[in-house]
Amino acid sequence: MRRSFWHRLDQFARQLFPFALTLALLLASLVPLPLPAYASVTPSFMVMAVYFWTLHRPDLMPPSAIFVIGLLQDFLTGGTLGIGAIVLLALSFATGSQRRFLGGALFVTVWAGFVVNSAGAAILTWLLNTLAAGAMFDPRPALFQYLLTVGLYPSMGWLLVRAQRAVLRPV
Amino acid sequence: MKTRGNSVLRLATPVRAWAQRFALALMLCTAFGLMLMSRSDTAGVERLRMTVADAVAPILGLMAEPVSTVTRMVQSIGALGDIYAQNEELRQENERLLQWLDAAKALQQENASLRQLLNLSAPATPRYVTTRIIGDNGGAFVRTVLVSSGAREGVRKNQAAIAGEGLAGRVIEVGERAARVLLLTDINSRVPVALENSRVRAVLAGDNGPMPQLVHLPPDTVPEIGERVVTSGFGGLFPPGIPVGTVAHASPEGVQVLPLVAWDRIEFLRLVDYEAADLAGLLPENAVGAPR
Repeated sequence: MRRSFWHRLDQFARQLFPFALTLALLLASLVPLPLPAYASVTPSFMVMAVYFWTLHRPDLMPPSAIFVIGLLQDFLTGGTLGIGAIVLLALSFATGSQRRFLGGALFVTVWAGFVVNSAGAAILTWLLNTLAAGAMFDPRPALFQYLLTVGLYPSMGWLLVRAQRAVLRPV
Repeated sequence: MKTRGNSVLRLATPVRAWAQRFALALMLCTAFGLMLMSRSDTAGVERLRMTVADAVAPILGLMAEPVSTVTRMVQSIGALGDIYAQNEELRQENERLLQWLDAAKALQQENASLRQLLNLSAPATPRYVTTRIIGDNGGAFVRTVLVSSGAREGVRKNQAAIAGEGLAGRVIEVGERAARVLLLTDINSRVPVALENSRVRAVLAGDNGPMPQLVHLPPDTVPEIGERVVTSGFGGLFPPGIPVGTVAHASPEGVQVLPLVAWDRIEFLRLVDYEAADLAGLLPENAVGAPR
């Protein structure tokens, strides 16, 4: 009985892992780095994490979790509330509908999928911000942010695969 | 038993799918609602934001610590190489500054006596709160930073934030132990400024780019390139005379100002308590410490 309680607790903690890791990534992405113009082109770690978990463990990254993460992102980055949540939910919906092709595909294919899906996310973010502010934003920072996000996805994906294998294998 | 379980499942699956879709729609609607709300109901949104910021501020502070330690280590290693040349430079600069100090002291004396002649009250010395930046990286659409002081430390809304050489922005949201500063470069930032030489007033408007624009200039003014821009104190939010930047481009299409602040390297901000300083101006002169 006791063992099963601990077992369940362990199971529960492991199932919470993708959500907790994504939150930690969100906080880490806020830390100021002394790099030129980094603040405006900080890669979107949330887009990477949501794409990854929607493809690999959608059961552990349900829309409710994505909603919470997106809202927290809006709260903490000082952006217009709701935009992050809408973009991440849309990204997960779009990615979820492509799981059949991307699910067990080669990494290059998964990355190509990310190139397309995160482009959609970047364009949606730009549109919503433009709509909310009622002013055209210079698309260049958003473009650089997108390129950096795409460029960093392989290393982030590698890290997340390791983390997934280490923590989620027994689940 | 088995068939019953199956029939329940058969019924449950579409219900569950429907519930999931409904939940997704609900969440999207909530998000859109929040988007509208953050345009109109700013006070409520502000309170929500700062509650969240207060909760994570200690964690962010801890996370920023090692980064700044490493940065400082790297910088000091880099500085070791040219320590000799730097020392020589500083020695010369020190000499120059000592001369300036003499000049300033004489001017201060003169200023004080002239003020006395005119019966003009001395401007108050503002109080400062120095605070660490614990979060920036708002992404491509906002230029704000989160700092690790809040109402507890005497931070209030609309205080000017200064980074080393010049004005960096303005406090827009204050929590218990965190506050958010809107930088000069943000698209929503408007700062009343004046050109230092000609004393022409204008408004410095951010556009999310590195160089904010001077708007509302009198029609026939063409500022000189390199002319300094300072706060005008108009509107009463900021003390007058805080250096902001220099005119970088001036053309009929617009005038751009290069801020003095080195955005990539700021770690701390000084928040100026100007309202308190204003009140202090009403007190007798001895009550406020004059700069020595």
